[in-house]
Amino acid sequence: MYKEIEFRVNGNKVVYSGNPLTRLVDVLREDLKLIGVKEGCGEGECGACSVIKDGKLVTSCIIPVGACLGSDILTIEGIRDTEKGKCLITAFRDGGAVQCGFCIPGMVMAAYALLESNPNPTERDVRIAISGNICRCTGYDLIVESILLAASRGGELWQQ
Amino acid sequence: MPLTSIDDRVVRVDAEAKARGEAMYVADYSFPDMLYAYMVRSSVPRGRILDIHVPQLPDGYYFISAKDIPENGRNELWMIQKDWRCFADGDVRYVGETIGLLVGPDRNILKYLLDNTKIDYEEETPAVTIDDAIALKGGPIYGEDNILCSLYCEKGRPMQEIFNEADSVFTETLETGFQEHVHLDTNGAIITEEDGKYVIYVSAQCPFYVRKSVAGLLGLNPEDIVIRQVTTGGAFGGKEHFPDVLCGPLLVAESVIHKPIKLVFDRTEDMLYSVKRHPSKITFRTALDKEGSILGIEGTIYYNCGAYLSSSYVVLQRGVFHANGVYDFPATYLKGMGVATNTFPSDAFRGFGAPQTLFAIETHLDHIARKFGFDPAEYKSRYFIKKGGETVTNGHIVEDVKLPEMLKQIADASDYYRKAAEYGIGSGKGIGVSFYNHGGAFTGNGEQAIIKAHARLVKTGERVLIEVGSTEMGQGFQTALRKIAANALGIDIEMIDYPNPDTSLVPDSGPTAASRSTMIVGKIIEDCAKEMRERWDEGDFSVEKEYVHPEGHPWDQSTFRGDAYLGYGWGAAIVEVEVDRLTNEVKTVGIWTSHDIGHAIDSLIVHGQVNGGVIQSLGYASMEKMENRNGHFRQESMSDYVVPTSMDFPKQEWFLVDNPYQWGPQGAKGMGELVFNGADAAYVDAVERALGITVTKIPIPGEDIEEALENV
Repeated sequence: MYKEIEFRVNGNKVVYSGNPLTRLVDVLREDLKLIGVKEGCGEGECGACSVIKDGKLVTSCIIPVGACLGSDILTIEGIRDTEKGKCLITAFRDGGAVQCGFCIPGMVMAAYALLESNPNPTERDVRIAISGNICRCTGYDLIVESILLAASRGGELWQQ
Repeated sequence: MPLTSIDDRVVRVDAEAKARGEAMYVADYSFPDMLYAYMVRSSVPRGRILDIHVPQLPDGYYFISAKDIPENGRNELWMIQKDWRCFADGDVRYVGETIGLLVGPDRNILKYLLDNTKIDYEEETPAVTIDDAIALKGGPIYGEDNILCSLYCEKGRPMQEIFNEADSVFTETLETGFQEHVHLDTNGAIITEEDGKYVIYVSAQCPFYVRKSVAGLLGLNPEDIVIRQVTTGGAFGGKEHFPDVLCGPLLVAESVIHKPIKLVFDRTEDMLYSVKRHPSKITFRTALDKEGSILGIEGTIYYNCGAYLSSSYVVLQRGVFHANGVYDFPATYLKGMGVATNTFPSDAFRGFGAPQTLFAIETHLDHIARKFGFDPAEYKSRYFIKKGGETVTNGHIVEDVKLPEMLKQIADASDYYRKAAEYGIGSGKGIGVSFYNHGGAFTGNGEQAIIKAHARLVKTGERVLIEVGSTEMGQGFQTALRKIAANALGIDIEMIDYPNPDTSLVPDSGPTAASRSTMIVGKIIEDCAKEMRERWDEGDFSVEKEYVHPEGHPWDQSTFRGDAYLGYGWGAAIVEVEVDRLTNEVKTVGIWTSHDIGHAIDSLIVHGQVNGGVIQSLGYASMEKMENRNGHFRQESMSDYVVPTSMDFPKQEWFLVDNPYQWGPQGAKGMGELVFNGADAAYVDAVERALGITVTKIPIPGEDIEEALENV
């Protein structure tokens, strides 16, 4: 039994000493004040709380912090000022992907995870990649187009 | 760069902060010493409260209820009327009715207290459905007949004469279900005190509605309370009046506790215990000649309003005024009745009563067309109303109606006529069509008589501040309004500010609802900007204007006669589906729409609104099933109540026709609701053709399609 759960968030070491069943989303939002991570449903259905854990897209509302021991967690705050993050965010802005915006940080994380593994996605690849992220405003078309825009604008950036 | 044309491309102002995760929604706020609140709610749909057992409260914890309302206050929320109680007192009328608030510092302790608060009821028999209400199940809830509101309107010769002359009368009843908004940002508010005033931070569409609604609880005036809208993560009507239901109890609690208090619903609370779209039951009796031509239509329209009126009468009016769709029939008689039931009160939802009747008339006409062997698009287009045509309220259409051109756009793009002829009924492939409209802004002379919107521009140096009560909730209004002002002023959009409204700082521009913000508030701001441009060299000054009603739109609100709306947006949709013959799963393979919204202020924002509205409408028709059994909603999470994902519908092809509107800013009309109003009926038409079934009720998810096929 570990009394302290050590992991990394956006490259910074975090030591959590509370209840290991605490949801990761609560640790991120309340202890670390990373409010870009949104809670939309609390049961892993909507994707608003999406973060990248050890390279994989996960919904932080259904991950107990105890399962993060030794993990690398990446949130919107950790990518928004990187070249890739800026490429995605400006493409979302220019492509009309953002309406109410509540789902968008999670969408950006889903797009980031996609382009990291597939720099030249098709429309269908993008639709599959964001199928766990619910958006109630846009009907998805402009989000899909914005991710394709980020892929083409970023070009070699996504090969790195 | 100064804006030289409204068609210039601009950067959406709120996009980057939202995408970076920096925008602050209500859940993201906290204050020093902040307490949390949980709602104690009714668990039965109808009954007397015999006793409330709250566990022993630790120090610093409170139970707030009707008893905490001061003597000079009244236990009522003032929406349109004052019938909705802030706290249930003595009896409960629906599951989820607010009984009290538990307030304190630790959320785990509050949850324990909530789980251990027990209420004893003497339960009564609830009326849940429209049929229950009409049958007075359990005795009347309201008056003697459960009719909360009603109206009728008629056009042409008396229907009885027409029925006597008819060759046949086609009668059918169509029904629509509840729909939940599922704005991803759930309802929430935080109350605090600043400089001796109550201040509420809230996710809401209409900050001025909130202060008017709750002030009476403490015997205060609306001006005594400050409402600050925070970034609102979707609303769709669900945050028009409903924030009052959170802010009222919070205000009472604050008057006792005097510390910041936060109340944010989780998803299950937001789904089970919030307002919904009105379910409807609509019966049409249509008089036909022997060729199948329509002589007249009689419609009887019931809306399930739930336990309190809220905005139901206005919703019902809009439903009735849209009940003969985009058509000019020789005669109509339409009667609407809103019934009281023991369900959570129904309230505003994008379309505001129009989607129900538009679905019904479209589907009814499809059925008549098929019965007589006509193509629905061809049959319906015979009856398109034209400029000067008489509406159901005996008013007239004042604009060019471009439906024939719109139909041609989407019929050509989709190859509709070839597919409609080639795909046999029941062939597994189907293509469907629908037409719709939406009256812009408040009904009749409401903008002039009730709302009297104000808007203001303030010039400081080279910068201009927009002061309005209208809100951004995702629809893009902060960008659209800046663009209107920048264009009229001839300055760079970057020089214009428009923060989220604070009711102590801005004039009341009326609610952000009814597709009125661009059309009405945008026009006032454009007029302010034109004056400011002329006086630009006068230094620092402000220009405030009140709404001016265009001449020549007679309306009598007591008889519902005249021009119900100042202008309409128009739409046409085609949807194509394919059915897996093994599983009967329906797959949508094409969506084509055309809309007349006057002239678009920002084509990229409009593109997003069209896409989003159409998908919400297709969800409404196909998968968004919200059932109520014995007063309890059965869908309590996003796993149970399914909204469309990126995989459910294909990329849309969309068109606009340009038809500048005389009284709108830069020719713009309202559009936020129009784009919801019609794709549902096109989908149902396509499904009916593909499967050879008759659909009279939406939604029609997979399991209901199976049932329909068994009945063929």
